[in-house]
Amino acid sequence: MIEREQVLHVARLSRLKLSEEEVAALEHELSSILDHVDRLTEIDVEGVEPTSHVVPLENVLRDDLPRPSLDRDRALEGAPDPHDGAFRVPSPQAEA
Amino acid sequence: MAEHELLAATATETAGLIADGVVSSDECLNAWLDRAAEDRLNGYLWKADRAAAMRGVDPDSGAPGAGVPVAVKDIFCTTGVPTTAGSRILEGYIPPYTSTALSRLSASGMPMIGKTNMDEFAMGSSNENSAYGPVLNPWDHGRVPGGSSGGSAAVVAGRLAPWALGTDTGGSIRQPAALCGIVGLKPTYGAISRYGMIAFASSLDQCGPLTRDVTDAALMLSRLQGRDEMDSTSVGIEGGVELPSAVDLNGLRFGIPADLIGEGLEAGVRKVFEQTTAAIERLGGSIESIALPHSDHGISAYYVLAPAEASTNLARYDGVRYGMRESEDDLVSMYEETRGAGFGPEVKRRIMLGTYALSSGYYEAYYGRAQRVRTMIVRDFDKAFGQVDFVVTPTSPTVAFGLGEKTGDPWTMYLNDLYTVPMSLAGIPAISIPAGTAGPAGGGPELPVGFQIAAPAFAEQSLLEAAFALEREIGFEQEPQEVER
Amino acid sequence: MSSEQELEAVIGLEIHVQLSTRTKMFCGCELSFGDRANVHTCPICLAHPGVLPVPNRTAIEYALLIAAALECEVAPRSIFHRKNYFYPDSPKAYQISQYDVPIAGAGRLGDVRIHRAHLEEDAAKMVHVGHHRGRIQGSDDSLVDFNRGGTPLVEIVTEPDLRSGAQVREWGQLLRATIRQLGVSDVNMEEGSLRCDANVSVRPVGSDEFGTKTEMKNMNSFRFIERGIEAEVARQKELIASGGQVVQETLHFDPATGELHSLRSKEEAHDYRYMPEPDLVPVVPTRQMLDAAAAALPELPAERSQRYREELGVSEGAALKLSFDLEWAEFFEGVIAHHPEIEPRAAANWVTGEFAAELRKQGDQALGETVVTPDSLGALVRLVGSKRISHSSAKAVLAEMVADGADPLEVVEERGLEQISDSGELEKIVAQAIDENPAPAEQVRSGNEKAIGALVGAVMKATQGRADGGEVTRLLRRDLGL
Repeated sequence: MIEREQVLHVARLSRLKLSEEEVAALEHELSSILDHVDRLTEIDVEGVEPTSHVVPLENVLRDDLPRPSLDRDRALEGAPDPHDGAFRVPSPQAEA
Repeated sequence: MAEHELLAATATETAGLIADGVVSSDECLNAWLDRAAEDRLNGYLWKADRAAAMRGVDPDSGAPGAGVPVAVKDIFCTTGVPTTAGSRILEGYIPPYTSTALSRLSASGMPMIGKTNMDEFAMGSSNENSAYGPVLNPWDHGRVPGGSSGGSAAVVAGRLAPWALGTDTGGSIRQPAALCGIVGLKPTYGAISRYGMIAFASSLDQCGPLTRDVTDAALMLSRLQGRDEMDSTSVGIEGGVELPSAVDLNGLRFGIPADLIGEGLEAGVRKVFEQTTAAIERLGGSIESIALPHSDHGISAYYVLAPAEASTNLARYDGVRYGMRESEDDLVSMYEETRGAGFGPEVKRRIMLGTYALSSGYYEAYYGRAQRVRTMIVRDFDKAFGQVDFVVTPTSPTVAFGLGEKTGDPWTMYLNDLYTVPMSLAGIPAISIPAGTAGPAGGGPELPVGFQIAAPAFAEQSLLEAAFALEREIGFEQEPQEVER
Repeated sequence: MSSEQELEAVIGLEIHVQLSTRTKMFCGCELSFGDRANVHTCPICLAHPGVLPVPNRTAIEYALLIAAALECEVAPRSIFHRKNYFYPDSPKAYQISQYDVPIAGAGRLGDVRIHRAHLEEDAAKMVHVGHHRGRIQGSDDSLVDFNRGGTPLVEIVTEPDLRSGAQVREWGQLLRATIRQLGVSDVNMEEGSLRCDANVSVRPVGSDEFGTKTEMKNMNSFRFIERGIEAEVARQKELIASGGQVVQETLHFDPATGELHSLRSKEEAHDYRYMPEPDLVPVVPTRQMLDAAAAALPELPAERSQRYREELGVSEGAALKLSFDLEWAEFFEGVIAHHPEIEPRAAANWVTGEFAAELRKQGDQALGETVVTPDSLGALVRLVGSKRISHSSAKAVLAEMVADGADPLEVVEERGLEQISDSGELEKIVAQAIDENPAPAEQVRSGNEKAIGALVGAVMKATQGRADGGEVTRLLRRDLGL
């Protein structure tokens, strides 16, 4: 079961603004999905290694050789708020 | 030659006509641009003009398939062409680079006729999660084409493109191919570069062809596959891929996972599946029962792993560097409002699910456990392939369902992937071929049914040979009815 | 805790080292410092949709070199993780880093144990600027520059083995000299290519337990770190002595005021949701990679300092100075290589003493800029060692050498600086000095030995510094009946 507080906490972690309706729906939907997912606890996974990759590769590395960078104008072309050659954002809450 | 003949030809046949000088590549492109312009299925999100279609294309490549235009799922980044991944958050985004997969097709002389509609960030099995409206199934406009490569499947089935490029994370090529009555191939993870393909779940995503027949799938795969230095996880297919030519299945063993073929399978789909296994036997293949004891947990594992990877892959859509931005108040509001307004409900649901599964205190219970179950599913397949050459299942438990029919309950929608997800988790190649038609459970005109064949990793050539022989034996020739609603 | 108990500081360090590869950790953009904003970016380091990271081979090799220098155990197989957090300096909203399986495990440098060292990518740079249109009150803007974003970093984490700010400074300088010697980083703290955070706590002397620690962030010189840590240790001791408790927090030390400020994040506690990076495959250092790192390992400062002291008899101070800077060490070794007959101890003292001082005096020259060669400096040291010129003459010669690259022997000959070696001549001058300075002579005779200085001075004046001070003193004492 997922409580409303958990929905709000996870939404904050995910940086998602949710409407009241969305919060209510997610509380229900996530609980229902996790009920199904919880069937995984039926499986004995003791001693089984996790798989994060199915490709049997290692040491795939790149030589330290420069490739062309983007023109600055190109890099900033789609930016919502380009300013003075940089990407402008609202400042993070002052930390000091 | 008459235009309707050109449009009826497969991509491979068309390439032959161009190579033989029967039609010029220009005539071919014009004919298909005209067709795409008549999109009645909401299959395209962007349509090329001649100049845009030819951008980056080598007209003299002389490569197999040269001159045959291709429709491309809007998940592939394309320099100078809008790329949205079906999401509002990327509205107006124009990438400064092109994906490796599309570059390879361009280098092979294939123009791009358009970008196809899709479920937002490839999350969905019905194409109803597109921010730009659902795609209609060309067999019945009241039904879904499947997803997430619904646009790619619909434009090929509806003769709005000769063939198309799609992506498959848990079934997103195979399931829409099945629901639209065409061929869809998900290659082995690592066979084709993922560079420039917008990530959903990085350890599962793989692109592949949606085509009229198995030969076309082989032809496109042969151009796409290969190691790419821009993708650390790409391998390519050793020895390449050739057009298939097998005429029988003598001596080949096909395994049916008894654990998977159970409830939830529509009667009509079951019947077509049984007819197809009978066809295998007629061709000299044998049918055996195999055990994939953990595969029915595939959906559960998948709906932890894929959302978890997605939650971090989609974190970059933050309103800072590209795409839309909402609110200028303060940083946190900017993030939350941009993402809250930019993502649709299914994407939010999966981000939430994935964030939860990775969050402090839950990681081992969900993500860690799902990764271990994945290991067990991989081992199940290893063991099965010690016994048989191929694993076969229906591609989807149902035929195309009605628009809006399954949007009420996420888990019901997720069960569409029951047969396709285990192969994705194992990273092995699988193909869906049209195997017949069946009436939907609630009554109505006949709809196509797909048959899925899976093979061991990098055994694409033998998979294509088997699918080719079976395709001939089945002789599926029905055309979409375009039932209007 | 009783306030009478003696408390000791317990300090551990986290050091970020920017690697001086040509390109970034996961893309081909060139590294730079001080260029215009956002001119070294590409779809990969701007985290455009669909891009993938590919690790820089040289960065892995540099990390292995650092691991070798710090005597770390190298993981047979290490992987990358995603560390998730939203911040404009992190374009993917996750940093690719190493988590539970870092490339380098336990090691040691000097008397401090290394906990681990791992590879990761640097964040972009943010500059806070003023207020602009449309913002709610009190909210400013920041500008993000992605040039630095994706620079390869090695993070070195020590065990909490350090006990004072002074020890942190000394050890930090040793670490910096060691990394500089490897040639894998500029280790420039002001430019941020070496950054140091310290975890500080106090506990009763003899205790095995740890007190609550505070974290001191981003101090940009080892002097400031020393002062900052001393201030924080004093604060914690005072707090505990007065019955208070240390609160876990992050602190900033202001070197201008000597004050500590708490950096309190207004956001909730971080939950980084580490997960294995699915876009990358494991790093499995091969025998060949490990052998290459071992072979590339130069003589490191700690080792060199020991060799200078034990094998060459160099004084401790000079040995430290020489071993912390390869350029100076090479110069010194050049001096003794050209002149095997001179004492290494004397050569080391001349190089780090008079020579270094003269370079500073004449326009603060760097060693690389001087016209003086190891051979000519050696020749000068040799002239002093063989007593052909006096120490004070030698200083005058050195000044000319530093000024225009003069040959020491030529200067000595031109200016007639050679010591008076004819003992008969020196005896005459000594006798004359005693005659001309009766007062100090009498004082010496009556037991005030210090007064001999005035007579030595008189002899030196008469000889224009060309007399051997030792010999002059010996003759004076003899003649004055001591």
